[in-house]
Amino acid sequence: MNRTPSPNSKAERGPRLSAKAERGPRVERPLRRASGGEGRAHRGSDGRVRWCAPLLALLLSIAPALAVEPAEMLSDPALEARARTISRELRCVVCQNESVDDSPAEVARDIRRAVRERLVAGDTDRQVLDYMVARYGDYVLLNPPFKARTWALWLGAPLVLLLGAAGLWVASRRRAAALAPPPLSEAEQARLDALIKPRD
Amino acid sequence: MRSNRALYLLPLMTLAIVAGFLGWSLVSGRDPASIGSALVGRPAPRLAAPSLRPGEPALGEALLHSGKPVLVNFFASWCTPCLAEQPLLERLAKKDGVTLIGIAWKNKPEEARAWLQRLGDPFAAVGYDLDGKMAVDWGLSGVPETFLIDAQGVVRLHFRAPILEKDVEDRILPLLKAGS
Repeated sequence: MNRTPSPNSKAERGPRLSAKAERGPRVERPLRRASGGEGRAHRGSDGRVRWCAPLLALLLSIAPALAVEPAEMLSDPALEARARTISRELRCVVCQNESVDDSPAEVARDIRRAVRERLVAGDTDRQVLDYMVARYGDYVLLNPPFKARTWALWLGAPLVLLLGAAGLWVASRRRAAALAPPPLSEAEQARLDALIKPRD
Repeated sequence: MRSNRALYLLPLMTLAIVAGFLGWSLVSGRDPASIGSALVGRPAPRLAAPSLRPGEPALGEALLHSGKPVLVNFFASWCTPCLAEQPLLERLAKKDGVTLIGIAWKNKPEEARAWLQRLGDPFAAVGYDLDGKMAVDWGLSGVPETFLIDAQGVVRLHFRAPILEKDVEDRILPLLKAGS
């Protein structure tokens, strides 16, 4: 896809990518606020509870908001757990390095829903992933599969590491050889022998 | 000592390789963010959508297996690039006699209808996919997207961007001419 069109077409393509830009993605993200803990803490006579509860409230509020809405979830906890695992492996196609499970984008929500529908229809996890790959290509997988086109991606980094380690090893061997003193000449050896020869 | 001096060239060579790759990326138009089109060469996904035109039957598989190639276009009235490609679709329908099937994606039917009324309606049949359910089956990532389905119902082209005149001239029309 070789596209280098007029300068303003880039701006035009921006909103194409998702309905997100048009519709405000944040709306989908339920705001989870920990609440209720604090009031009780002040009433408690136990000092430990007094500071524990606000701390807990704080920690809970730090927990990231879920992109998955309660209404999307399946009633069967086992299926829902599988759906979550699968959607964590799927890449949101309109985001930057975000899984479908994390993304509030509309397309991500649609894909989450499709995953659940396939699971309910009886697909295995593998089949669901294959279904998505058939439509969005390997692009949709956060973990690219190992194949002819990706071996450099998988093996490149370890290969460079190995090469570097080999280079360092060779260099250190050479340096050790360079630092070792040169062997004694004949005259030096004779002198040394004379010096260490036990006197009778 | 000489071999050590050659080592000093290593960073320079690394730089040259990286620069070469970046330069090639710039010139070749390589787009790492491009999703690509996994559907090309496969049978078209299922088409099932209620018609946008009151009183017309729902859109179904028959439309993709009429023995004629069709262009399936996903659009929305809230999508500006769709506005830009609309004249080309009109032209394809009127001047080149291409059968176009439209799907309004995540678009209220009355809004999509009003939009088509205002701009002109190039579609032989037009439906809507309000919740984007069918679109996932088509591997849609946004609008506009356009698929060329051949007479055998196989996807031949997939544009994940507004189509341009050069797409029509260089890719769509040649395939249609070769097919029919």
